[in-house]
Amino acid sequence: MTHKSLDLHVPTLTRVEGEGAMHVVVRDGVVEDVQLEIYEPPRMFEAFLRGRAHHEPVDITARICGICPVAYQMSAAHAIEHLAGVTVDGPIRDLRRLLYCGEWIESHVLHMAFLHAPDFLGVDSGITIARQEPELMTEVLHLKKTGNRIMEVVGGRPIHPVNVRLGGFYRSPSRRELRELVPDLERAHAAAVTLVRWVAGFEFPSIPDRLAAHTEFVSLRHPDEYPLNEGRVVSNLGLDLDVADYGERLREVHVEHSTALHATLDGDRRYQVGPLARWMNNHDLLTESVRALANEVGIGDAETNPFRSIVVRGLETVWAVEEALRIIDAYAPPTEPAVAVPALAGVGAAATEAPRGLLYHRYELDATGIITDAVIVPPTSQNQIAIEADLRDFVQSHLDLDDHTLGHRCEQVIRNYDPCISCATHFLRFSSDRAGGDA
Amino acid sequence: MTTVDERRPTLAVWKFASCDGCQLSLLDCEDELLAVADRVAISYFPEATSTMVDGPYDVSLVEGSIITAHDAERIVEIRRQSGLLVTIGACATAGGIQALRNGADIAEFTSIVYAHPEYISTLATSTPIADHVRVDLELRGCPIDRRQLIATIAALLNRHVKHLPTTSVCTECKAASTSCVMVAHGTACLGPITQAGCGALCPSFHRGCYGCFGPMESANVEALHRRLRELGVEPDAIDRLMRTFDVEAFARLAPEGART
Repeated sequence: MTHKSLDLHVPTLTRVEGEGAMHVVVRDGVVEDVQLEIYEPPRMFEAFLRGRAHHEPVDITARICGICPVAYQMSAAHAIEHLAGVTVDGPIRDLRRLLYCGEWIESHVLHMAFLHAPDFLGVDSGITIARQEPELMTEVLHLKKTGNRIMEVVGGRPIHPVNVRLGGFYRSPSRRELRELVPDLERAHAAAVTLVRWVAGFEFPSIPDRLAAHTEFVSLRHPDEYPLNEGRVVSNLGLDLDVADYGERLREVHVEHSTALHATLDGDRRYQVGPLARWMNNHDLLTESVRALANEVGIGDAETNPFRSIVVRGLETVWAVEEALRIIDAYAPPTEPAVAVPALAGVGAAATEAPRGLLYHRYELDATGIITDAVIVPPTSQNQIAIEADLRDFVQSHLDLDDHTLGHRCEQVIRNYDPCISCATHFLRFSSDRAGGDA
Repeated sequence: MTTVDERRPTLAVWKFASCDGCQLSLLDCEDELLAVADRVAISYFPEATSTMVDGPYDVSLVEGSIITAHDAERIVEIRRQSGLLVTIGACATAGGIQALRNGADIAEFTSIVYAHPEYISTLATSTPIADHVRVDLELRGCPIDRRQLIATIAALLNRHVKHLPTTSVCTECKAASTSCVMVAHGTACLGPITQAGCGALCPSFHRGCYGCFGPMESANVEALHRRLRELGVEPDAIDRLMRTFDVEAFARLAPEGART
């Protein structure tokens, strides 16, 4: 039994997207306080979205995050289409999935190889890994680039794609443009499989009590496909909601010693989103080859160790490459690149699966199609409670580590969630207003 | 272990209020990244590496705008430690989309977004880096163009000055033989007043330019405004078109009359 006391403060978290800090206080062998501090300056998207036209959130909300702009574009488009009663189907729907696969590949590989893997290898950066493992990283960079290439061909550019609009796209790519991606995707598939096997060989710390029975893992679920844009919101503990109902049950809660706001269901139900949740709720919908690879590397149907999320990200990357190839193979351009989405008064909501988890948008429009209220709940806001709980449980069970190692491991605990801190600042009045209203 | 070659110039990458996309552009240069990392010593780039070397730095890339008092002080210190300071992207060069707060009631904005506005400390305005310190070079765009970034770094490494285009997006459409979306389809387009650099991306996707590279030198806003009205675009819609990712830059050159 240790009686250690320490005050661990990491003022600048590195290898995460955005600006945050971490603070852990231990006294006499007991963890007294853990905080993931977010000091990213507040940009106020929900405020300046008011007064904008119904077609604008697709471009505007992309600017919340340079790493997952497609997620913002998709959630925004689906929310307004939901309001208008428009369903996008056929090749346009497939193109959206293809674009999203590009973002998953790029974002997952960036996180795995450049942000997260250095923790397991004890190095400072992916660039250092590239010097140590040049052959592996050449292929990994090509894999990442292939994700970006998909976004260039379908969306115009990888960061803040210009080709996405309500109802579809401004211009649909030709069959030939998509076919040209195939050789790169085939090479990328081999790299993705290699990457999975490589990261599966890392040593994984564990966190006690991180069992499915104790933790609610929330994701979309679609009856026919691994979820990207559509589905019901489900969990391993029996949650099964329409997206709009899910939004109504989101609440913020104030955690003691913290000024940060954390998303919960119903005010006290804690949960997490992201690859582990998607995997747990949808593993039966993956391809045979991905399931065989999961089996080979020891990922079961319900993986709950957050340190092993890097392997699940890899498996999702293999799946995204296969899904992209499947879509391209079946693609015939739509007759029109977009369907019309009228500007109507009402409320629309949607959630899609950003690489780091469920991203919820809700908009209210007036009779002239102008936005009167906007609500955005990013995945990192929803994961903040889980991150802090992991920090607490990890530190409490690893007090035998020296301070230096413990500090590094704590940062790794945070990186397990691929946190997007620029996004997390947009977190949220929404539930609080409503919670306030209920109170 | 990284071998530190003392002769390599040092590079630092800084973040202010932004989405991270412009600094991510550097990591998106998959073909050039390792070559760049061999030629420069990356001394401070927290998104990419845990290594943090104290300044001074030969080159600083600065992303994001100034929206807190703390950041207004931080940029002065960064300027002091930097040989060359290059701003990257619309937030750093023009205040970004968060400059939509400028002229609005910031207290009201804060209360719309946050449950406890008293916990939030932010300035009433979002301002470009050049409003606070001397800037040596600006890379425009929301996000910046990757090719411009690499060309700029290459030029700096070879002690050349990188000349960036000052013409309009229209010239890039002509160079690429992209038909004019405004002439051919009557699509509203900010290309005639927007600085080139993106390769006329939006028109190549049959879409009007939305001005994410900000205004070109001596942009004729009034003429474009007139033409957009002739195409039937409502004044409110023109106003919104100009008020997005470079709102502050367009606002600074728009004559008052053009806004109504």
